[in-house]
Amino acid sequence: MSFLEFSNITKTYPGVKALSDVSFRVEKGAVHGLMGENGAGKSTLIKILSGDQHADAGEISIDGKVQAYASTRNAFDNGVIVIHQELQLVPELTVAENLSLGRFPASGGVIARRRMLDDVGAKLKSAGIDIDMRRKVKTLSIGERQMVEIAKAVMLDARVIALDEPTSSLSSRESEILFALIDRLRGEGKVIIYVSHRLDEVFRLCDSLTVLRDGKLAAHHTSLKDVTRDQVVAEMVGREISDIWGFRPRKTGEVRLKVDGLSGARLRTPASFEARAGEIVGFFGLIGAGRSELMRLVFGADPRSGGTIAVDGKTIAAASPHEAIRAGIVLCSEDRKHDGIIQGRSIEENINISSRRHHTRFGVLNRASEIATAETFIKKLKVRTPSRRQDIVNLSGGNQQKVILGRWLSEQGIRVLIVDEPTRGIDVGAKSEIYELLYQLAEGGMAIVVVSSELPEVMGICDRILVMCGGRISAELTRGQFAEKAILAAALPDKKTPDAIAS
Amino acid sequence: MTDQLKKLLLGEQGLVVIFIVAFALVSLLVPNFLTDRNMLGLLQSVVTVGIVACTMMFCLAARDFDLSVGSIVAFAGMVAVMASNYTASIPLGLIAAIACGAVVGWVNGVVIAKFRINALITTLATMQIVRGFALISSDGRAVGINSPDFYQLALSKLLGIPTPVWVLAVLFAIFGFVLNSTVFGKNTLAIGGNPEASRLAGVNVDRTRIWIFTLQGVVCGIAGILLASRITSGQPNAAVGLELSVISACVLGGVSLAGGRATMSGVIVGVLIMGIAENAMNLLNIPAFYQYIVRGVILLLAVLLDNLRSSALGRR
Repeated sequence: MSFLEFSNITKTYPGVKALSDVSFRVEKGAVHGLMGENGAGKSTLIKILSGDQHADAGEISIDGKVQAYASTRNAFDNGVIVIHQELQLVPELTVAENLSLGRFPASGGVIARRRMLDDVGAKLKSAGIDIDMRRKVKTLSIGERQMVEIAKAVMLDARVIALDEPTSSLSSRESEILFALIDRLRGEGKVIIYVSHRLDEVFRLCDSLTVLRDGKLAAHHTSLKDVTRDQVVAEMVGREISDIWGFRPRKTGEVRLKVDGLSGARLRTPASFEARAGEIVGFFGLIGAGRSELMRLVFGADPRSGGTIAVDGKTIAAASPHEAIRAGIVLCSEDRKHDGIIQGRSIEENINISSRRHHTRFGVLNRASEIATAETFIKKLKVRTPSRRQDIVNLSGGNQQKVILGRWLSEQGIRVLIVDEPTRGIDVGAKSEIYELLYQLAEGGMAIVVVSSELPEVMGICDRILVMCGGRISAELTRGQFAEKAILAAALPDKKTPDAIAS
Repeated sequence: MTDQLKKLLLGEQGLVVIFIVAFALVSLLVPNFLTDRNMLGLLQSVVTVGIVACTMMFCLAARDFDLSVGSIVAFAGMVAVMASNYTASIPLGLIAAIACGAVVGWVNGVVIAKFRINALITTLATMQIVRGFALISSDGRAVGINSPDFYQLALSKLLGIPTPVWVLAVLFAIFGFVLNSTVFGKNTLAIGGNPEASRLAGVNVDRTRIWIFTLQGVVCGIAGILLASRITSGQPNAAVGLELSVISACVLGGVSLAGGRATMSGVIVGVLIMGIAENAMNLLNIPAFYQYIVRGVILLLAVLLDNLRSSALGRR
């Protein structure tokens, strides 16, 4: 019997039809995958499920009862819990306090600490989650925080748990723990909606799968037994993609970027590396290995305590992003929401924010050229939007990423492009587009540095891979030498079990 | 019909529509409102708030705050009067006043941008420090203006319109242009939208913020000079509570306190709505005590409307 049922869900945003007439059912005790490209409507569907947004038409029913909630609170009370990519925990409170928030065991307003710890401890234990509940959430890793979020769902006796890209910032080991937890919840008869871009995870975890494309139901599989990956990719993209990397060899030239002994407050060990014109250099490592920290130093985003940076043989100060950009270095940060997009401003302004200085006279904007620049890059990067005037927050993650790339590509004289997790949370179709763009830029003579936590990605697109581990560059391999095991071994701090992680 | 009305009120120009309706209603209902004399009086009454609102708009748009404006206006007025009395030169007095305003603003900016002290706290401190300067400079007394020419700043007219109103109009035009058509204006809005992303996009955030506060100081200097001229003396206790009126006017005009959203037309309308409300209440002989309540209610209604508009536009 179907437990969770979506019937004819339709939702329109200003200028975009986010969902049209989407219907499907999920059985009890099932992990149901939800896939689709960016902007396909996955997030909107989840928002409607959580009561955060209202459907214009259609209804959701759980256990045969039509849900009519006015707010997320109602959804909550009906046992629907959504765990978002951005976690909703209070950093200054402990794990136990976070898990009891809103329903502290108390007498006369005074929290009964003992009872709280006992309650939470028992629940964590029964869910098989191993976290010290006295620790403050701000001291936990992202993976651990995710566990706490899931524990929250368990504590609330959720019937439906939706996970939105849960592994996007987890290490492989953390993902394993998460999968084990999901298996356990399935065994308890919960309905799990699993939104992900990662095919292997979906095939590994899910019992059934819904694919959305352009707000419509593209496919619904009640079982994944006879479904192939290529088939799902084709359903998502609407066409076949044979080789998503599409790597092609290039000629490399002179050294464009030379980093020598660079260190800073968050990167103690001095790091050195080079990138040549036309070369794509990958930085692989676990979360917290120091890759992003190093790139932020190169870009002048964090103050450096030692070392030099040279572009085309010329040493540059790069004491701020402002100066780095003028020296020809740009960085697309990994945290788009915090470090990339300017919320509340249009796509046009988000693209022009840096490059507009080339077209201004005495600080006065050149409107015509700004419009032209925006239109050019919206077209060139295939940003899906009704208008350049659209507020950037209304775009999906992948389209936001394209706008940020447009910001840098519209700059003049860029010699070094650093992209940190360029395809995080981005679907297959857009991924190929971004890789193709990187090849074209490299062919145009840029040095490109790609930071990624996805091993297949760095192996697929890079000419050379530098591995970081514990704040140090621990290995360097050129394309001929690429081997999964060697790279993982260099990335792991204890160098014990690369096989366990690789699997 | 109601749908169209909703669209009109909650659209981008909703505030302007409300303003026009309110203006028409007040003109019809309040006797002596729509007379040349009253109109000029109204405009003159909003000069101080209007001038300071120009740069307060930038401050709020960049997610900052400035509580020190009232004190700077009073202090600049004192400096203008005392310096021109002392040097017997009005231009020198005016330059000194504007320079003092600029210095206070610059200090605000540096402390906030470079030392990363919260703008609310910083300007709360300078608000008191600068008020102290104003009081100390004359030992707490008002200082009379020696040269009658100084009065002419506020009294003189061009084409029948008082100079201060011209100054206000020119500043509205300048800052409207700066906000919409210059890198500085766009950077201000970007900083308010997301300061860290702006920095990583190459915007010199610190420098922009320092400039915003310095300009705020300069503009407060101009407002202080005109105010001193109008009240024919430097008053150390002038413009108390100005910061709240100015911020109210900006918020009325749709400037978001969360930063990233501001329009000059909105701020102009906000300033005028405040002026009209006060003017109409005076004409209707409503006692000053009640006027506080009315002003507060107007502000609340405006913010509620703004909230409705934001959700109608699908933001947040």
